[in-house]
Parts: sequence; structure tokens; C-alpha cells
Amino acid sequence: MVTTTATPLEAELLSLAGSVPDPELPVLTLRELGVVRAVHLRGTDAVEVDLTPTYTGCPAIEAMSVDIERVLRGHGMRRVTVRTVLAPAWSTDDITDEGRRKLREFGIAPPRVRRDPGPVPLALGPSRTRATASEASEMSEISGAPEPVRCPHCGSADTELLSRFSSTACKALRRCLVCREPFDHFKEL
Amino acid sequence: MTATVPTTAALALGDDALVLSHRLGEWAGHAPVLEEEVALANIALDLLGQARALLSMAGDEDELAYLREERAFRNLQLVEQPNGDFAHTIVRQLYFSVHQHLLYTELAAGDGPFAPLAAKAVKEVAYHRDHAEQWTLRLGDGTEVSHDRMTRACDALWRFTGEMFQPVAGLDTDGAAMEAAWLESVGDVLRRATLTVPEGPRGGAWSAGAGRQGLHTEPFGRMLAEMQHLHRSHPGASW
Repeated sequence: MVTTTATPLEAELLSLAGSVPDPELPVLTLRELGVVRAVHLRGTDAVEVDLTPTYTGCPAIEAMSVDIERVLRGHGMRRVTVRTVLAPAWSTDDITDEGRRKLREFGIAPPRVRRDPGPVPLALGPSRTRATASEASEMSEISGAPEPVRCPHCGSADTELLSRFSSTACKALRRCLVCREPFDHFKEL
Repeated sequence: MTATVPTTAALALGDDALVLSHRLGEWAGHAPVLEEEVALANIALDLLGQARALLSMAGDEDELAYLREERAFRNLQLVEQPNGDFAHTIVRQLYFSVHQHLLYTELAAGDGPFAPLAAKAVKEVAYHRDHAEQWTLRLGDGTEVSHDRMTRACDALWRFTGEMFQPVAGLDTDGAAMEAAWLESVGDVLRRATLTVPEGPRGGAWSAGAGRQGLHTEPFGRMLAEMQHLHRSHPGASW
């Protein structure tokens, strides 16, 4: 069976799969995270779900698959197959506006929307031979000066990086220099 | 579907990711600061994800990881080198992540069987590269002690870097161009870190390309013994 447009039932199943909460960030649904790509009916009660990982090694993908299976089986599907698809690669730009708002409310600075994903250049502190680092200005010419990461608690743009990798691979650890609260930042990918 | 997966290349890239992931995982509980412990574990996790995808293209991921003998592994000798001190690990990360970033960028731009994975992983590797470069600047241009340790690490690992640009069957990449780009990028970081670009040979007759042919350095056997021991002792065990 080859279908190019989703049937009403497929749309309903897609919406159900998308309503599953993310296992690590339960404030977000998989739809808001942008990881459920498509749902294809195979016959009347078998379904294939295309799921894309945020990071290649993200261990949450297995929990997501199990949760999607459970929800769709509960909706009368006898056979649910969750396929992991890599292309096109997931980007933090796939997180919906609603998802970004929820992240911020949860205390996580949402990823900034960027055309050129990858590391954001940062300044080093003083070093052995340099009173102030010039790396940031050198590198920002390459990737374009990004907007600042704002503190999700007080909204200040005056924040500093503590560690490029935080509680999970997708987050960096930062600190607000105004309210002094540490916070996670969902890195741009 | 792409017709055939070049197994040799899938094993080479998959083994690089798997072995380096395991080495970085060895830092758990030993890193100098908690943030760095988490960072190294996260980089290891990214690499493990890549390894799973790549080895699954070549066969059963578990069998390939846990039941192959040393001589059947196709990873670079660079990634199997022991962690050493923190400087040693950072230099290994610098040498490898710049290479991997260049390689995946090229693979992602093509339409071969590795393009989807490379397009995904290159964004993660960009963070690994950034991490290694920032630490290289920090340590190279840090204290006398950190500078000396970085110098020793740069020199010690330099001879393993030539192997990265040997041709791999199934990878249609321009090794010479990639090597030139690598030398320029790594040289630039080292110079900014007040370090000297090593002058020694990059892979002697005994080592050039040897990892890709299944010849490994002595510490690799012990690493494999540890990595495979549980699976071999308790076949089919699960959590």
C-alpha cells in the first residue's frame, strides 16, 4: 500500500503518538520536541511510526518507542513498529514554540533558533600569556554573533557558561550573573 | 535503499567510535572535576550512539562489539591509546575530533550510505571538537605544568595521526585534502595555545594504517578484555 497523504486515522494516530511525554523532560510532548516524523497504517490494525533521535546516542529513544507502542495499542492497533530514522537529521529548530515556552517554564533555557547549528563560540578567561581572550571575537565572525542565552528564571541576558555538557548530552550548564541561579541550557544542534 | 553497505568502512568508523567511547567511559569516577566527568561521559555516549548505528550496518552490533577478537577490530590505533593524564586525553580528543569533524562533514555532503548518520553526528562532533579546542587553549596557555603536560601529550600521540588519512575501502574521501585541512586546523589551535606543532614522523613503517588492518598496540588487548568480559562470561545476560 502506497499512500502519499495521511488518512484521518493516520492523522489521529500521529497526534496520539505525539502526545506521549518525553521520558527525560516530561513537560514536553514528543510532538513539541519534534521527534515523531510520520505514522503509516499497514492494513487495518498495524502501524509504523517514524521516530528520529535528538542525539545519535540518546538513550531515551527506547523509552519513547515503548511509550508510543503502549499508547497506540491502547487505541486498537494490534501491531506497532517504531522505526528510528536519521534523515533528515533532527535539529533543535524542530522544537515548537510551545515546546520552547514549556522548557523555559521548567527552568531550562530553550535552544536559540539558528541557521548554522553547532557550538556557540565562547570567550576564555585570562590565560598565561593573554590578559583577555580574543577567541570569541575571532570565532564569532565565522558563525555570526548569536543572541545571548537568557536566564529562564529572571530573563537576564547576562549569563555565563559553567560546562559545555550538563546532566544530558543535549544540555549545557550555565549560571545567571544577575540572580546567581545555575540553569540548564538546551544546546543548539 | 542504498544497494550495498561497505562493510569495511562501517567497521572502521564504527570501531573508532566504539573504542574511543569506551576509553572516555573509563574516566567516570576519575575526572578532575565533576563537570568534566559529565562532559567526557556525554561525549562517550554520542560516540556510542554512532558506533551502534555504524556497527548495525555491518552486522549484529552486540556480536561485533563483544565477540570479536583483537585482530578483527578495525579502529585507528590513536583511539585505543590509554587515557594517560587529562592532557593526554584532551590531545587525543583534539586529534580525533578534528579528523572526525572533517570526515563526517564530507560524508554528510555526499549521497552514500553514511550520509544520513554523518549529517546527524557531525553536529554532535562539532561540540566534541569545540570541547577539545577550548581545553587545549586553556591547558596549553595555562600554567607551566599544564603547558609541559600538553607538550608531552602532543608529542606522544603525534605518530598515530598519519593513519587517519589512509584510504578506507568504501569511503570515497580525499585523504590528502583532509590531511591538509587537519594539519591546518590542529596547527592553528596548537599555536594559539602557545604549543609547538610536533615535528616527528606521523606513523612509521610499523604503524601506518596498522589499526585498519587489525594490528593494534599492546594496551588495546587489555581494554578489550575488560570491555568484553561481562558479555563473554554471561552470554545473553540482560539488565
